[in-house]
Amino acid sequence: MDYEVVIGCEVHVELKTKTKIFCNCPTDFGGEPNTHVCPVCLGLPGTLPVLNKKVLEYAIKAGLAMNCEIAHFSKFDRKNYFYPDLTKAYQISQFDLPICKHGYIDIETSEGARRIGITRIHMEEDAGKLVHQGATITTSAGSLADYNRAGVPLIEIVSEPDMRSAEDVLAFLTNLKAIIEYTGVSDARMEQGSLRCDVNLSLRPVGQKEFGTRAEIKNLNSFRAVERVIKYEIERQTDILEDGGKVVQETRTWDDGKGMTFSLRSKEDSDEYRYFPDPDLTPIVVTDAYIEELRASLPEMPQVKRQRMIEEDGLPEYDAGVITASKALVDFYDGVRAHYTDAKKISNWIMVELLAKVNADGIDLSEVKIQPEQMAALLKLVDSGEISGKIAKKVFSEMFATGKDPDTIIKEQGLVQISDEGALKNMVAAVVEANPKSVEDYKAGKKKAMGFLVGQIMKESKGQANPAVINKLLTEKLDSM
Amino acid sequence: MTASRLTIHELHDLLIKKEISATELTKEHLERIQALDGEIKSYITVTDELAMQQAKSVDVKLAAGENIGLLAGIPMALKDNLCTEGIETTCASNMLRGFKPQYSATVVNKLQAEDFVMLGKVNMDEFAMGSTTENSAFFATKNPWNADCVPGGSSGGSAASVAADLAVYALGSDTGGSIRQPASFCGIVGMKPTYGAVSRFGLIAFASSLDQIGPLAKDVTDAALIMNVITGYDKKDSTSADYAYPDYTTALTGDVKGLRIGLPKEYLGEGIDPDVEAQVRAAAAKLEELGAHVEECSLPYTRHAMPAYYLIAPAEASSNLGRYDGVRYGLRVQSKDVVGMFCQTRKQGFGPEVKRRIMLGTYALSSGYYDAYYLKALKVRNLIKQDYDRAFDQYDCLIAPTAPTTALHKGQNQDPLALYKGDICTIPSNLAGIPAMSLPYGLDRNGMPVGVQLLGKAFAEPTLLQVAYALEQNTSLTRLKPNQGKGL
Amino acid sequence: MISKDVVEKVAKLSRLDLDEAEITLYAEQLSQILDTMAGLQQIDTEGVAPLAHVLPIENVLREDEVGECFTQEKVLANAPEQSEGMFQVPKIV
Repeated sequence: MDYEVVIGCEVHVELKTKTKIFCNCPTDFGGEPNTHVCPVCLGLPGTLPVLNKKVLEYAIKAGLAMNCEIAHFSKFDRKNYFYPDLTKAYQISQFDLPICKHGYIDIETSEGARRIGITRIHMEEDAGKLVHQGATITTSAGSLADYNRAGVPLIEIVSEPDMRSAEDVLAFLTNLKAIIEYTGVSDARMEQGSLRCDVNLSLRPVGQKEFGTRAEIKNLNSFRAVERVIKYEIERQTDILEDGGKVVQETRTWDDGKGMTFSLRSKEDSDEYRYFPDPDLTPIVVTDAYIEELRASLPEMPQVKRQRMIEEDGLPEYDAGVITASKALVDFYDGVRAHYTDAKKISNWIMVELLAKVNADGIDLSEVKIQPEQMAALLKLVDSGEISGKIAKKVFSEMFATGKDPDTIIKEQGLVQISDEGALKNMVAAVVEANPKSVEDYKAGKKKAMGFLVGQIMKESKGQANPAVINKLLTEKLDSM
Repeated sequence: MTASRLTIHELHDLLIKKEISATELTKEHLERIQALDGEIKSYITVTDELAMQQAKSVDVKLAAGENIGLLAGIPMALKDNLCTEGIETTCASNMLRGFKPQYSATVVNKLQAEDFVMLGKVNMDEFAMGSTTENSAFFATKNPWNADCVPGGSSGGSAASVAADLAVYALGSDTGGSIRQPASFCGIVGMKPTYGAVSRFGLIAFASSLDQIGPLAKDVTDAALIMNVITGYDKKDSTSADYAYPDYTTALTGDVKGLRIGLPKEYLGEGIDPDVEAQVRAAAAKLEELGAHVEECSLPYTRHAMPAYYLIAPAEASSNLGRYDGVRYGLRVQSKDVVGMFCQTRKQGFGPEVKRRIMLGTYALSSGYYDAYYLKALKVRNLIKQDYDRAFDQYDCLIAPTAPTTALHKGQNQDPLALYKGDICTIPSNLAGIPAMSLPYGLDRNGMPVGVQLLGKAFAEPTLLQVAYALEQNTSLTRLKPNQGKGL
Repeated sequence: MISKDVVEKVAKLSRLDLDEAEITLYAEQLSQILDTMAGLQQIDTEGVAPLAHVLPIENVLREDEVGECFTQEKVLANAPEQSEGMFQVPKIV
């Protein structure tokens, strides 16, 4: 039988606030275990939470960026369950009145544009970290709890089950990540855990309306893992269904090493979260004026920017897509554009040189040392003929490594293009004299010989000779012979 | 040794006149505790060294001619659910035996800033669940009026220590009557302030939307003086009310002329001991005599308060008490895995009443029952509040019994439901968040004190103090002392 | 009437290990208590909002400013068992 894949995502995004959601402890990564902890996030008896203003602001911004309705009345609830990474045996979250709902994210896929619904976005606190003493959670002898992360603010973005393939999910996550980056509410870096994805996946026979039973795969922390999980789960569930079995509704975890998912707990137990309004926190009432103030503060979103880059800057769709997928790239592009007009040239340099270096070094775009002004200066040097395209790449490499100005690098390394006819004339004369055979060939009509001679002159000049000037001088010289 | 019989304001006068030193006063209390508390059993922890240190520093200030606050140098007791940094805070539970909090409650810091003298931490029903202090995991506290009777609860240690002059005053907490009922049983003044008037930060939670810290004192003036120190906005407590808290002593005028006072019929009659009802009516008559207008009124939803309360409070408690899992503090019972450790720790750490309420609350919040029980209870809670709102449109204050009876005999009620019904007079005000106080008013046929309860709208504590003070000044029925022959 | 099965389920959710006698006792007591709660169902609460907070307080927010944390030693001061600066717990599954 043919099955249709139905996928929804729950994405947890760590907000980039200075302090935790309900106390004044810092959210910084690193630090010795249990040093970013106070009575509140340690859940000491008698302690009480107070909401961080920035968390509310960031959650609303994220919601607006994803086209959500913002709730005028919202509240916090307790999600009760026991786990050693949870200091109060409940997580403060939002249940029936989340801060944002009914939004969407548009994606581009090989089958065209699609709109993926956002069911809701709510605020909640992160749990602490458990370090398992042993290879895996199942084989460990015990675990150690570190509460530095306990109480770090999160938003959980829940999508509609609108995705039908790994491609859809990756496009959705790419756009979601970009939107979050644009709003500035989070670094949204999967590798660091500031963006985590749970995938809900089920199969149904093609044409069937009802959803099949889903498995929830928790805490995926790379795009690659998401892709692999989806492939794996489709196979696993297809096998079960084809053998006449039934998929169990459960939470599964992904083992990246084994490339498999396995059951973490069955849903019937964890379903009983006994949500109820947190009596320690007051309701949140948001005015239209505040919502509009935040809306006005949002930058242009990737979809809009992308369209503008295509229509106004004349960039190919592909280029615009790649650049807008990252806020850092857009900022870089815009920065260069402010000093330099040829959009396609900028895009070429970003797409080819910059991304190649970034990927090769495995660094984050935020760590790139080249300033947009420096990039614009480099492009202008090429345009003016002061350096050749080839030299420009060399200069770019050096800029990438050191962050120095292109002028400085050119001076330091003596890379200025030689366009001075006087200097080049001697070089041309010398090469012509040293290669009588080629001159003969040229005279005999073999135009290829011209290329060889130019190459020899370039070699002589260590690549610094201006090819256009060489061409002109060489033609003059040969024609005069 | 008579200083211990005096009130805060009387002792303050002696201190500033240098007729007694804080050290002498503290020493006298510590000696009384040494002599009498073996029998009464109100203290779980006596912090004698700390108390003497604190007293000494007040004496130093006095010797230097510095002004001292009204609570400075006055020895007092804290209910053992108020966190005190480095000092054992147990909630009278095996779960927290030996637990020394790493921080202090806001009220403790406020008292500290006033140079208080802390004699120690006093007994209570485990996690404040109960109304007899028999649910303490450590020992039962006796009623200083009659050793065969309970002191009430859950702040039974607070009430007994004050009634027996083992502390000049005490702080307690009131979730469903836990300050007022023991105050009534022990013949002292107890006040549950408006929800939000006293910061809950550092009060170990039983039911967060109902819990409120308040004073247990020897007279109305003392209650006002304590209120002056403990009330106030606290940015660490989101439910703390940002309000212009008055000087409560300005309410102590003695004048009640023209005040409109309601006598709700649902708090009288069936289920109320006739001696208790008689004293309440006598107090009402007294107020009328003093120029107030008293009339019967009705709060029709009162009878639904008990079921609503016993869904809401346990539901919140079931969640609040989840954190006692053996991981970070308190008891841990080892087991082969985490779930086993959780279950064994909680089995051994909690007493039967706590378990019963956790079970009840967990049930009420479970899917399938949430709407029928918890949500319904929250709606009924609103109706109860609306009852009061309507009443306070007409009346400045309501007068009612604090408890249906005077102090119960030890072990008298084994049936939890019967005990829950004993909270009927105090529970509704917790549900509505309004202030209420208990004032001793005469004795019953057995010579046990009767408590009269005064209730007002939110932040109407001054009105309650005004009425209570008028009664206190115009009768001899309010400042009662246990019969030392029969009692202790 | 609350069955023993329900009591066992609730105990499991509450992470309370109950013995047979306790299960029987709680089944009986909870049934009795819940019987008296049944009266609530008779009350007309049509259009009545659930009252979770008694005071009309909303939007209590704090500034995003870093405050002081405990030292690791203080965090672990009451830990029943600790190792490497963390709280030690037995194996999870």
